[in-house]
Amino acid sequence: MINKILPSAADAVLTIHDGAVILCGGFASCGFADELLEALHAQGTRNLTIVANNPEVAERGMALLLRDQRISKLVCSYSRKEGTTLIEDLLDDGMELEIIPQGTLAERVRCAGAGIPGFYTRTGVGTPLALGKEHRDFDGDTFIFEPALRADFAFVRAHRGDRWGNLVYDKSARNFNPVMAMGGARTIAQVDEIVGLGELDPETIITPGIFVQHVVETREP
Amino acid sequence: MNLTRQQIAWRVAQDIPAGSYVNLGSGMPIMVAEHVPHGREVIFHSENGLLGVGPRQTREPFDRNLINAGNMPVTLLPGGAFFHHGDSFVMVRGGHIDITVLGAYQVAANGDLANWDLPQGRKAPAVGGAMDLAVGAKQVFVMMEYFAKDGTCKIVPECTLPLTGQGCVTTIYTDIAVLDLVDDRVVLRELIEGITLQTLQAETEVELIVSTQLKLLQAPPL
Repeated sequence: MINKILPSAADAVLTIHDGAVILCGGFASCGFADELLEALHAQGTRNLTIVANNPEVAERGMALLLRDQRISKLVCSYSRKEGTTLIEDLLDDGMELEIIPQGTLAERVRCAGAGIPGFYTRTGVGTPLALGKEHRDFDGDTFIFEPALRADFAFVRAHRGDRWGNLVYDKSARNFNPVMAMGGARTIAQVDEIVGLGELDPETIITPGIFVQHVVETREP
Repeated sequence: MNLTRQQIAWRVAQDIPAGSYVNLGSGMPIMVAEHVPHGREVIFHSENGLLGVGPRQTREPFDRNLINAGNMPVTLLPGGAFFHHGDSFVMVRGGHIDITVLGAYQVAANGDLANWDLPQGRKAPAVGGAMDLAVGAKQVFVMMEYFAKDGTCKIVPECTLPLTGQGCVTTIYTDIAVLDLVDDRVVLRELIEGITLQTLQAETEVELIVSTQLKLLQAPPL
């Protein structure tokens, strides 16, 4: 019997090694897999590369990893953490930062999941973010090449999941999660509720279980 | 009298045709939604995966899983849809968004836009979805004050700040004037009362072409 359900977030992150690259769903303040990030923090894993749209607004999972300098490289479209100088301080202390336009970030990760080496886009042409990148003209417009962004792991946050790893989301907490789920070599989903196989309407499943290796249920206190 | 930010937002909203798909940048542009004329159906896109964004949530506790790209709790109108970031930027990059309204630090006569980084100060960089919107939307409206806080004009011969996009801006809405960018030229379409063309040109390094249809820029008290 296929059963991707693990008993706890701690079990789910056990094999994640120092130096791992982790794709994280989430945008602004919602859709982050806080319990997974906190389990990783508790486990003491360090030297992480975190790929996420932004440093989480809330003082939860990713913020703990950032504060304790467990993240050596942050890859995001928006690096500010409003109301604090945390990111500025970390950059002064040597944390590496790669800024990627939001749509390019999503598509680079999607390419990794789709087995495509990258894509050409007009986004960023003529800006500092195009420096050093391959430029190529198509039909009179200039494009830059953006490579697939591969990762060892992905942390996603979904509303409901089943033992096959099928996922549905809650409103705008969907955001990057389905894309990150496709991109990670091993994708771990934190869900609010595990339901029985067949209970999710197949017409509404957003992430089919093929993209998900582990599912953990976490109920907010 | 210079237009207030709400009045600039009102002015922008008047130029959004019924049936448009529109993305509003966070900050000042988000105010535009409040001023779309009653009965004119416009569908707002938010890059974090919403079409049909409605007004802000007013009743606490807020549903924190229903936010716009500026992290504000919002509502979804009947007919609205959720989708993931990959699809959201297919809409943006693929030319499906009719109009985006963005803020700016500088706009050049050729339509170059600089709105994502400030050279001074110690601030972590943030570009978000602006670069994708700048190249992907069919029209890029910029909403800003005509002069920066230091008094310099934000419409410049060439951007000195890092670019967000090349040649992308189509119209600039400010507190004193509305200007269209046409073939690398800045065409003055509307000007507030009390400023002469001579004064405006003297304060603007770029040559202003005065539209033959030049109108008074005015907005209701807001």
